[in-house]
Amino acid sequence: MMNKITGKIVRAHGSGGKLTHELIQSLFVKYFSNCSLDELLDSAILENPGEKIVFTTDSHVVKPLFFPGGDIGKLSVMGTVNDLAVCGAMPLYLSCGMIIEEGFEIDRLEKIVISMKNAAESAGVQIVTGDTKVVEHGAADGIFINTSGIGVRNSKVQLSLKSIQIGDVVLVSGWMGDHEAAIIKAREEFNISADIVSDCATVNRLTQKLIDEISNLRIMRDPTRGGLATTLNEFVWRQKFGIRIDEKSVPVRESVRGLCEPLGFDPLYLANEGKIVAIVGKESAGKTLSIMRSFPECESAAIIGEVIDEPKGKILLRTSIGSNRILDMLTTEQLPRIC
Amino acid sequence: MCLAIPMEVIKIQDNVAEAEVGGVIYRANLDLLPDIKIGDYIIVHAGFAIEKLDVAAALETLEIWNEMSETVAERDEVRRENKR
Amino acid sequence: MKFIDEFRNPEIAAKISSEIRRIMPEKRLSVMEVCGGHTVAIFRYGIVGLLPENLRLISGPGCPVCVTPNDFLDAAHFISRQKGTIVATFGDMIRVPGSESSLQREKSSGADVRICYSPSEALEMAEANPTKRVVFLGIGFETTAPLVASVILTAEKRRVRNFSVLSGHKTMPFAMKALLDSHETAIDGFICPGHVSAITGSDIFRFIPRDFHVPCAVSGFEPTDILESIYLIVRQISKGESRVELQYKRAVRPEGNLRALEMIGRVFEPCDSVWRGLGSIANSGLLIKPEYSRFDAMKLFDIPPIRIIENPACSCGEIMRGVKTPPDCLLFGNNCTPEIPVGACMVSSEGTCAAWFKYKKGD
Repeated sequence: MMNKITGKIVRAHGSGGKLTHELIQSLFVKYFSNCSLDELLDSAILENPGEKIVFTTDSHVVKPLFFPGGDIGKLSVMGTVNDLAVCGAMPLYLSCGMIIEEGFEIDRLEKIVISMKNAAESAGVQIVTGDTKVVEHGAADGIFINTSGIGVRNSKVQLSLKSIQIGDVVLVSGWMGDHEAAIIKAREEFNISADIVSDCATVNRLTQKLIDEISNLRIMRDPTRGGLATTLNEFVWRQKFGIRIDEKSVPVRESVRGLCEPLGFDPLYLANEGKIVAIVGKESAGKTLSIMRSFPECESAAIIGEVIDEPKGKILLRTSIGSNRILDMLTTEQLPRIC
Repeated sequence: MCLAIPMEVIKIQDNVAEAEVGGVIYRANLDLLPDIKIGDYIIVHAGFAIEKLDVAAALETLEIWNEMSETVAERDEVRRENKR
Repeated sequence: MKFIDEFRNPEIAAKISSEIRRIMPEKRLSVMEVCGGHTVAIFRYGIVGLLPENLRLISGPGCPVCVTPNDFLDAAHFISRQKGTIVATFGDMIRVPGSESSLQREKSSGADVRICYSPSEALEMAEANPTKRVVFLGIGFETTAPLVASVILTAEKRRVRNFSVLSGHKTMPFAMKALLDSHETAIDGFICPGHVSAITGSDIFRFIPRDFHVPCAVSGFEPTDILESIYLIVRQISKGESRVELQYKRAVRPEGNLRALEMIGRVFEPCDSVWRGLGSIANSGLLIKPEYSRFDAMKLFDIPPIRIIENPACSCGEIMRGVKTPPDCLLFGNNCTPEIPVGACMVSSEGTCAAWFKYKKGD
C-alpha cells in the first residue's frame, strides 16, 4: 500500500525511475485499477467482445483546468468516450497520456485523476494503459492529457453520410453552447457572474438506445470545437445535399445568450461536451425526440431542421426574423467584438 | 459600430452598476451616466453605461409596427407627421 | 432578453419589408451604413434577402479596426517589444497585420499583450503591475472615445504613473463628408451609426441632408431597427425629402450624452487622421491634449518614424469606400481568409470582408 504522495511534480517524476513508479502506483493504479492496468506491462492485452474495433484519440488542453461542471480529467474521459459512442460503438478501454509541468501540485493532479476515475466508471470504461512525461515549467500550461479509446461495434450498425436522404430530419439532444460558455465565464476575463455550467457528460447510453431502437438512424456526431454550425457543415461538405436549420428551434439557454450577446459570441459556434446531433429518417423523428427527452439531461432536445436538395453542400439558416442566409463553419477563434 | 446591449440595473455601488441581461450580471461603470436608478435599463458598451434606454420610446417604436396592417399604413403616416 | 428580442420579431420584419417594397421607386438605390455593428447585423439576419432587388446596401468605413492604418499598428508592435511593457487591447486588434507583424505574433515571441473587454481593465492592470508600463490601444469611434477619456481622468485622479493610451480614435462625420465629396460611389441614403449617435447626438449628421440632400436615418442594431431605418430612408427618397430621422429614439437624443461629450473635450482635441483606404481626413482624429501628455503613449515612447507599407493587392480601401465588393478583390477567399488575413477588413470580425466570407461566401 503506497503512502499518499504530496508536494509538487518534479522532473524525476517523468524519468521512468523510482519517483515515476511511486506516482503511478499512488495515483494512477490506485484510482484506475483494473486487471490490464495493474499488470503494468508495456502494452495492455485486451479481450475483444465485438465484431468491429472502433478506435479514436483526443488531446485535451482546456484552460482553465477546473471549470463549472468539470475539469480536464472528466473532459478527457468523456470526450473520447463520446467520440466512440457517436460512431455506434460500445466504449471499452482508454489509454491516458499525461504531460505535466514541473511544479504542478500533486493534490491538484490527484483531483484530476479522481475525476477521471469517476468519469470512467459512469461511462463503463477502463483506463488500461498510460504514460507520464514531465516538462519544464510553462511548457504545458499545467497539464495536457491525451486519451485514446477503443470500442466495439456490431457489423449490423450502419452509420454513414452516404445513407442520408432528402427529407431526413436533424435533431440535437439539448441546450447548445453550455460547455464553451462555461469556459468563457471561468476564464474571468469579462468580470461577469453567470449561472452557466459545462454540459460535460457521456452520451453513450443515449447513442446505444438510438442505435437499438431507430432503424433509420443515419449519423450522429458530438458538436465539440466549432460548435453545432461546424458539425453541420461537416455533414454536408462536398455532399449532394444541404441542410436547412431553423434558428428559433435550436435550444440555447437564456443565460448563454446573455453571455454571448454583449461579448459578441454566437452560440451556434460554441463547443458542447455532452450533446449529440443526429440525422434520422423523417418517420422516426418523433420517436427519436421522445427517446432523447427521456434522458433528464436531454429534456431540451429538439428537432432543428431537415436535409434539403438545394443548396448542395451548404447549411441554410432560417434566421429568427424569417430570412435566410448561409451558416458557414467556424473560420477562426471567436474573439469578443468590441469595436 | 460598437457592440452595446441594453441591460437592467439591479445594484449600484458608488460609480459602478451591476446590470443584468439573460440572467448574466455585468459590471458597468457609470461615469458617463451618473443619474441612474435600480430598475433602469442602460446601454452598456465595453464595460461602461453610455445611455439610458427610453422605455416609452422603445414601446412606441414597436407599437407602430405591431398595430400596423396593410390598411393601417396611412395611419402610420399621420402619426409620424403629428410627432414631428 | 428584454428590449432585444422584441426587435427581432419576424412579423414586424415582414411588415416593414413589405412596406419598403410597396413604396420603393423603380430606380436603383444605394444605401450606405458606416458602422461595423450594422455590417454584421445586416449579414447575420439576412437583411438583403428582405429588400427589393434594386436596393443595394453598401458597407462603408465603419469598422474602426479596418480603418486603422499600418503606422498605428507598427507603433503598437514597437511598444510591445519594449521591455517591461504590457500592451492592453480590444480583442479584434490582436491579429491585425501591420507592415511586418501582428500583436498575436509579438505575443508568441514573448511580448506581454493582453485582451481587455473594457479600457478600465487596462487601468486596473497598471495598478496591479506598478513596475510595468501599461499601454492601452485606443481604437474606436465616438462611442469608445469617452470611455478612454474617462479612464484617463480616473488615472489622473488616482495618480497612476504607469498607464498611457496610444490614441487611434477617429470621428465619423468628416469621413462621411469625404465619401460624399469624392462622388466615387452613388450614395442615396445613409444609415447612421446608432451608438456613435448616442454619444454625439443625431444632430451632427444634419449637414448631410442640408449640404448633399442625402436622407439619413439614425439606426439601432437589431434587425427591425435596420429595416425600419431603410424604410424611413426609402420613404424620404420617394417623397423627394432629405433630413435626419431618428429611428433609434430609445437610445439617442438629438443633443447626445453631454457628459460623455464633455469628457471627450477635456481629454482629446481634433487632429488630422489617416484612414486606411480614405487617406488623410482633416479633423477626423482625436489627439490627447498636451495637459494629459503623461498619458499619451505617442509622447512617452520613442517610436521611430514608420513608413506606411500597404499590400498593393489588398482592396480594403476600395471596399470600405463602397467602390468594390469583397469578391472583386484578387486576394479574397484565396490568399486572404479569416485564418490567413492580409487586410484589416478580413481580420476584424466586423470588417466587410470577414462578414462577407462568413455569411455570404456560400451564395
